[in-house]
Amino acid sequence: MRSDVLIIGAGGAGLVAAIHAHSAGAKVRILTKDYPTRSQTTMAQGGINAALGNVSEDSIEAHVQNTLKSAHGLANEESVRFMCEQAPTAVHWLDSIGVCFSRTKDAKIAQRTLGGASAPRACYAQDYTGLKILHTLYDRVLAAGIEILNERYLLNFITNKDETNKSYACGATVLNIRTGEIENYESASVIVATGGYSRIYHKHSTNAIGSTGDGIAAAIRAGARLRDMEFIQFHPTALKNSSILISESARGAGGHLLNSKGERFTNELAPRDEVARAIHNEIERGEDVFLDIRHLGEAFIDEELPQERKLAKLYENVDPIYELIPIKPVAHYTMGGIEVDKNSQTKLEGLFAVGECASHKVHGANRLGGNSLLELVVFGKQAGESAAKHAKKFDKKIDTTIQTNTTNNFITDVKQFTNQIDFYQKRKIIGNIFYDNVGISRNEMGLKAALKAIRQIQKEIPFMGPRDKSKLYNTNLVEFIEFVNMVELCEIILVCAISRNESRGAHFRADIPNENDMVYKAHTITWKENDVLYADFME
Amino acid sequence: MKIKIKREEVAEYEVEMQNATLLEVLNEIKTKQDSTLTYSSGCRSSVCGSCSVRVNGKEVLACGYKVQNEDLVEPLRNVTVLRDLVVDMERAYSFNTKAKAWQIFQSKNISLTMEDEKRNEVQSDCILCGSCYSACPVYAVNEEFLGPFSLTRVWRYVSDAREDGVHAKIDNIQTNGVWDCTLCNECTMVCPQEISSKADIEKLRSKSAMLGFTDPNFSNFGGDFSFDGSPSF
Repeated sequence: MRSDVLIIGAGGAGLVAAIHAHSAGAKVRILTKDYPTRSQTTMAQGGINAALGNVSEDSIEAHVQNTLKSAHGLANEESVRFMCEQAPTAVHWLDSIGVCFSRTKDAKIAQRTLGGASAPRACYAQDYTGLKILHTLYDRVLAAGIEILNERYLLNFITNKDETNKSYACGATVLNIRTGEIENYESASVIVATGGYSRIYHKHSTNAIGSTGDGIAAAIRAGARLRDMEFIQFHPTALKNSSILISESARGAGGHLLNSKGERFTNELAPRDEVARAIHNEIERGEDVFLDIRHLGEAFIDEELPQERKLAKLYENVDPIYELIPIKPVAHYTMGGIEVDKNSQTKLEGLFAVGECASHKVHGANRLGGNSLLELVVFGKQAGESAAKHAKKFDKKIDTTIQTNTTNNFITDVKQFTNQIDFYQKRKIIGNIFYDNVGISRNEMGLKAALKAIRQIQKEIPFMGPRDKSKLYNTNLVEFIEFVNMVELCEIILVCAISRNESRGAHFRADIPNENDMVYKAHTITWKENDVLYADFME
Repeated sequence: MKIKIKREEVAEYEVEMQNATLLEVLNEIKTKQDSTLTYSSGCRSSVCGSCSVRVNGKEVLACGYKVQNEDLVEPLRNVTVLRDLVVDMERAYSFNTKAKAWQIFQSKNISLTMEDEKRNEVQSDCILCGSCYSACPVYAVNEEFLGPFSLTRVWRYVSDAREDGVHAKIDNIQTNGVWDCTLCNECTMVCPQEISSKADIEKLRSKSAMLGFTDPNFSNFGGDFSFDGSPSF
């Protein structure tokens, strides 16, 4: 049955959108390639920003200015102001539905300082902020009786053309992972909330294995445009061996970064791009880098950072109460994403985007810690309400024939690929190439070499394919399609990174270390026409 | 190192890995030896609840368990196996809806103290990995049991100062709920987040009693008991 609003992705952004679209009266259906509570949002630890001033003086203006400064000229002041103004309402809404935030002595929501913030602004729930927010949202979705279809993997958006030959989105084609069948879901509006693409960096990423950019790749194929894809945030402190995240709140609370000589070498609470570069420079000089939180004491660590202690013990074999934590910066968050307007709508009519897969022009060249959970609550509401509104006046036909055929052919073809080349090996190689050449420090030669390697891999894709031929629950097939999506995005990231001949925020070019506002204070926009990739700088 | 995995039959794999998590070993087998091996995973840092399986009969998160030689890995119990180690969680999760594990009303003018927050801090750490559900012996006799994680999630809201609908919440868990638990504590033993559903169920029982609900298992004794519980003649 057709829905008014179809939501692809059931992390924080998708669930917030679902709740608000439902409240606006729309019939909502959620599709996810996993289960809602397994999404990337669970991994957000530090907090959600709102200038509540619960701990010390703060203002919305300070939140706006900190965000703009960190964004290096690529955020839109109006969007940032909207987000920061809505932040207190967003946090109070979460509080009103039962999110278990940590509290202050005077019974207010506790707040702490994250990098680049002029005040303790991040509201938190120990270091399980994302987990507790996501599960509470999930409980709300259940309370509202919203339909969730699990283990449906997005293949393509369904588009039709109106009488003026203009495309509009009207559903999605998915692989039912359990049955192996291709399914069509028709809908008046579609919201994509599928998360970011940090898994391109493979083992050099903090992210869950699902962050493969499926929604972004499907969106550009369907006619949407992407923005600022070269901006990828490296989190300064992941565990050295496993790339598992140690929250910025550890530094917010007074944690130090030390090199092998035991010396501090940077301001630990600068924005993430600066701290990641400082660590990178130490490592390049042959130093090992450590996070030291020993001086915070066992009581404090167990109260405020229980997860960090558990993770360090389990994955790095060190107890941070007595030992230094070995760390390195790894890919953590992708600022780039699907270009949306003031209503969270993409260039493709009827397709809305929200969360890490979207670009709302609020993070610019470098996101502030605590702004991503905020973004998904504020813009999730906007996307849900806009999509519900769009659905109300939707009066167009939906014909799924063409898309169904194309997608069916694709799946049939993929299963017949020859398997002479192992895509798991290529996936790992791409991760290493990207970490080395498209990472914290980039240069023209390295980027061009990476592009050459990616173009070669694109040619080899028909010689790869899934080895497992099972129709039922074929994760080898799903991982292969995820890989194909990542390769598609790799090319786009590289084209953008090569075009941007300057350094700005997370895009640091060692060969051109300065910002060049004259030419590049603009967004990198990419789109496809008949499978050909186009890129340009735009306002 | 040898590892045994319950698929249609028990399959044996040999891997050269030291001090590795089970998830790392599964990834190694899938990407290097046998791409048909099927399992679930997500965050690989014990917070998404995807990768719970049983090792030598005990529920663990694959990402948080260090593999030993000759370990036997099996899928969770009380759920339908979809393929190899992947199970269908739909029915298990549907008990959250049946138990109405959510806050009934939206609260206004909230003032929660640190003590208020501590009351359900641990319960709200639940990651829905289903380990407790798999370990629960009640399902052998009652398939409709609301189950450990759903009841913990009910307690998380019942114990929350923001919840105004406590009576309705308690009323909803009387049948196939709090009184059906045997208090065997298996759920507590396997929870990776150190939650004790057994303890939460006991708290829900006290709350039930305070609100005038009684254990249906003791309601057929005809009331011929004196105040201190000894039979009256």
